[in-house]
Amino acid sequence: MTGPASGPVPNSRAAGAAFIFKKSLISALVALVLFSLMIGIRTEAGSTGQLIYWTRLPELATMVLTVFFGSIVIELLRQWWGPVTTIRIVPKPIARGLAVARRGVAPVLLIFTFLVPVIFYNQRYILDLGILVLTYVMLGWGLNVVVGLAGLLDLGYVAFYAVGAYSYALLATNFGLSFWICLPLAGILAALWGVMLGFPVLRLRGDYLAIVTLAFGEIIRLVIINWQSLTGGPNGVSGIPRPSLFGIPLTPGDDGLAARLGIEFSPTHRIVFLFYLILALALLTNWVTIRLRRLPIGRAWEALREDEVACRALGINTTTTKLTAFATGAMFGGFAGAFFATRQGFISPESFTFQESALVLAIVVLGGMGSQLGVALAALAMIGGFELFRGFDQYRMLVFGIAMVLLMIWRPRGLIGHRAPTIFLRHSQAISSDLVKEGAG
Amino acid sequence: MAGTRLTKMTAVQAACEALDPVAAAGSHCYKSLAAPFLPQGPGVSVVRQRQRMDYIAYFAQQLINGLVLGSIYGLIAIGYTMVYGIVGMINFAHGDIFMIGGFIALISFLILVSIGLTAIPVILLIVLLVSMAITALYGWTIERIAYRPLRHSFRLAPMLSAIGMSFVLINFSQVSQGARVKPVPPIITGGYTLLERGGFVVRLSNVQIIVVITTIILLALFTWLVARTRLGRDMRACEQDQTMAALLGVDVDRTISMTFVIGAALAAVAGMMYLLYYGLVDFFMGFVAGIKAFTAAVLGGIGSLPGAMLGGLLIGLIETLWSAYFSVEYKDVAAFSILIIVLIFLPTGLLGRPEVEKV
Repeated sequence: MTGPASGPVPNSRAAGAAFIFKKSLISALVALVLFSLMIGIRTEAGSTGQLIYWTRLPELATMVLTVFFGSIVIELLRQWWGPVTTIRIVPKPIARGLAVARRGVAPVLLIFTFLVPVIFYNQRYILDLGILVLTYVMLGWGLNVVVGLAGLLDLGYVAFYAVGAYSYALLATNFGLSFWICLPLAGILAALWGVMLGFPVLRLRGDYLAIVTLAFGEIIRLVIINWQSLTGGPNGVSGIPRPSLFGIPLTPGDDGLAARLGIEFSPTHRIVFLFYLILALALLTNWVTIRLRRLPIGRAWEALREDEVACRALGINTTTTKLTAFATGAMFGGFAGAFFATRQGFISPESFTFQESALVLAIVVLGGMGSQLGVALAALAMIGGFELFRGFDQYRMLVFGIAMVLLMIWRPRGLIGHRAPTIFLRHSQAISSDLVKEGAG
Repeated sequence: MAGTRLTKMTAVQAACEALDPVAAAGSHCYKSLAAPFLPQGPGVSVVRQRQRMDYIAYFAQQLINGLVLGSIYGLIAIGYTMVYGIVGMINFAHGDIFMIGGFIALISFLILVSIGLTAIPVILLIVLLVSMAITALYGWTIERIAYRPLRHSFRLAPMLSAIGMSFVLINFSQVSQGARVKPVPPIITGGYTLLERGGFVVRLSNVQIIVVITTIILLALFTWLVARTRLGRDMRACEQDQTMAALLGVDVDRTISMTFVIGAALAAVAGMMYLLYYGLVDFFMGFVAGIKAFTAAVLGGIGSLPGAMLGGLLIGLIETLWSAYFSVEYKDVAAFSILIIVLIFLPTGLLGRPEVEKV
């Protein structure tokens, strides 16, 4: 908490020091008032149910001093770095090198991803983390269709993830259907829900669209919690069957894959299988998105994002364009949900909160809206960053929140940068999140 | 808002209704057991008459509860709508500001009681002022840190920054005050019986009176502030055209800061009222309350101040009536569904100005 941010730039060094000191003092005072009650005093329900409290003055003092010195450091860094508006010119050879490196990133990353289970075969933790990252890459690519391509801001994407997960879980546990039959079903059901969400929001713009999608996500979650006879309510669904390799189960039994191949059974086989499964699903999402961009419908999405009025004037049916965008994005969310259910073996409404939607949206925006590689790298950075804080579980969301704020201030247009439109008339205009206003594009 | 006193009460009533819709028409369970011993009127028509009265009394009680809840939502919704009108962003952290206000009211109340203050009105006044002041500072700081650097950035940036700030606030109070629900004993007790018909008592408690009166006073003050003062004029100017306002000598930065300060102070009042009314706070209460208040602001037409209050009252009423007559579990679903339905037919809300589509 740094308090006041900008002010007159002082000329002399001494004046600068006094200025910094004064600013930091104000920040510390603000921090003192802010934290006086929230940190200085701790309340807790006592043994008789009566609230008791005790003071935590040392913690309060530590926080205020941290703010004081932190704000001195930030101020010094800011003066050393200079005004933000200064343009730093990168030398030509370095720029050329960077461009080459940028082109090489995607294939190298893809090859590396393919090799992860080979390199880290014995490190279960890394494999699990890889699966998690790939799940979010897939979700990010799915949401990218709605937000990045069609320019419709969706704050309730997690609803489709939930629909996919519950479709698979309920179909598999109640009717014994296999993963490979349920996967398309989950996608279709999620797409149907996408269309259902799409209808009411067709006419909405701006923040109305944001709040309706958010409300939709909450409605789905609340119905899952309360419809106990179907979904098990807050207890969730357990005992979801594991996937099989086209009918061959990955179990130690006689008919298992290991026995058939004549190799020794290891539980890692299943993890590796899951890894390649989600990788395949994610790559499918990517491939479909790239192909769709070149079809009339993809062009229509991008046109819709750029200018809805012009779209209508040119005879593009905005209704179907919007609905297909929602349906396509939702379908990929549904696939990811089905995968999530089969991987966890247990799902509950707690996995489908607004936080997940916000996380996926943050990945898309940080990835630079519409850039497939950017989304993948942002997912890696976000989930990887999350994992670094696994030890400090209770501070995780705190750090995630601060990181989101800082990244927005530092790189509001995404970590990776922009992507040019697939086609353009005379000059290519950089795409960025300015265009996601509101479904109006 | 799950697990509150109000919803438990209405849950019992709803259960009664499900068991015996005629006898329990809006009454507590034991009343239906006692029904045979009540003096009987001559003939069926009187019985019918009484049942209709029961129904009316029950409805009146729900109306009171709904209006009280709606006042709280309305106070939060004003903060959303004001910020949206002037800066054009959804301040996602506003619901959590409300939660912080509740926490600060709780802590300052505990301290005041433990240092031996006994006069309830004095305590309430001090708690109100302290929580308004500190929460307003929270609003100011958040604007300064998370939104001001993004003022001229693209549209999504402040919203994502606000979502991040909301996570920060939720987690901050979870870490600093613990994850458990903090209950307080009822601070204001007593009330009046307005109506007693057919065995159902319509009560108006003192807490409810205080909530409604405080809301009305604050609204009057706020309307005066917007309509008559220099600051209010600056705010309206910034809402219409920030560049032009700046050219004409309005300090835009200061006006926006003050908007956040006022919004946070109103949210703090809402937090304190929530604490008084339901007797508990917890670190996650801001999320649901925030979404509903935002729903209220959108329902009333975002950017419109009377709309925010109207939307708040409507959401409060819808929620209460739905819990009373249908199901408690689905009250939030009802509120959100009505939002979606209203927006299908009135895409700019009830009192919002229609946006002209420019090419």
